[in-house]
Amino acid sequence: MKIDSITNGIVIDHITAGKAMQIYHMLNLDALDCSVALLRNVPSEKMGKKDIIKIDEEIDINLDVLGYINPNITVDIIKNGVVAEKKHLALPKELHNILKCKNPRCITTTEQDIQHIFRLSPSAGVYRCIYCDTKAAD
Amino acid sequence: MKHLIDILDLSAEEIDELIAVANDIMENPQYYQEKCRYKKLATLFFEPSTRTRLSFEAAMLELGGSVLGFSEAASSSAAKGESVSDTIAVVGGYADIIAMRHPKEGAPLVAAMKSSVPIINAGDGGHNHPTQTLTDLLTIKREKGYFDGLTIGFCGDLKFGRTVHSLIAAMSRYANIRYVLISPEELKVPSYVKADHIKSKHIPYTQTTSIDSVIEELDVLYMTRVQRERFFNEEDYLRLKDSYILTLDKLKNAKEDLCILHPLPRVNEIATAVDDDPRACYFKQARYGKYIRMALILKMLEVC
Repeated sequence: MKIDSITNGIVIDHITAGKAMQIYHMLNLDALDCSVALLRNVPSEKMGKKDIIKIDEEIDINLDVLGYINPNITVDIIKNGVVAEKKHLALPKELHNILKCKNPRCITTTEQDIQHIFRLSPSAGVYRCIYCDTKAAD
Repeated sequence: MKHLIDILDLSAEEIDELIAVANDIMENPQYYQEKCRYKKLATLFFEPSTRTRLSFEAAMLELGGSVLGFSEAASSSAAKGESVSDTIAVVGGYADIIAMRHPKEGAPLVAAMKSSVPIINAGDGGHNHPTQTLTDLLTIKREKGYFDGLTIGFCGDLKFGRTVHSLIAAMSRYANIRYVLISPEELKVPSYVKADHIKSKHIPYTQTTSIDSVIEELDVLYMTRVQRERFFNEEDYLRLKDSYILTLDKLKNAKEDLCILHPLPRVNEIATAVDDDPRACYFKQARYGKYIRMALILKMLEVC
């Protein structure tokens, strides 16, 4: 299977196999007008299988979303057919309006216009809602 | 401006200062009786509570200040659908400090994000109740004289018992603490509380379903009520509510200087016969709550 290379745009590579669709939705890529290629289960020497997303336009990507899903994902900015920039990811300390708290007792379930914020818990390495401490659902 | 949302908003040193001020208030009440003159405390209780609200109000009145507020959501604009943020924005214009209780977890944090005056979390659902924890700490300090090296038993509802979570978080900062966690399987301490405040600090702990097998080890026994309002399912509540009842018979093997605490109100988890035992400290604990809240109000209003 062959997907044309892009001239100006973004390649999100080294996505854990099966996670591309989740990223596609969390980055709201369905709202784009440009071409977006979503490749699943691509053979990879390092990972065995991986997913890749190619976006045929240079857009602002929320790197926190990618860092949260897997900080080993790579993001290449393509300009004039060559890699112009590589973005490095890390586990973000906070996630703003990326996840919603699943705890029915949390204030975020009733308060309007509230920022949904999850913070990385240093001891356990998990994200928790800053309001009620509930762990982010996988 | 500082808010008190979680007991860990206060350092161990700040807690020591508050305890010292509370002790001084008990010894020299006349020195403090005008300290908050012309200051107003708003008690915004979106969930009913007699004890905590009255304790806050008594604390402010004894400092010479005034109080205003409401004692249930039905008598507030929340019943009309007003958000917490809007309520706080309005009340901040009327009061110098706000004590707030709300059934939703995290509501006081939302209030703190919007507020122009200090917010004190007076309980948010099953989450946090830092002024109860300050009360517990003051009681332990007065009754035992020290924190380091204590073996503390928590008994009853350790899952939804917010006072338990906060006291564990606070006590874990002291040296050589040991916990004994006594509860039915369904009401065990949540894993995040254990991960953050017990395991990460390598504090030894025992989990058990039997109070009889561990009571002789304890320096402090913190009893809790199984709270109907924390259950979605009435059947679960009825099945678990009488899990542990502390009686004089159960106390036979306990240490002579055991300190029995309870955040109150009690239903039937401590037999009334225990009230006359010198080890029962829970009514003293309730009284101390007013003094530590006085110390807290003074600190947050920066008038001490």
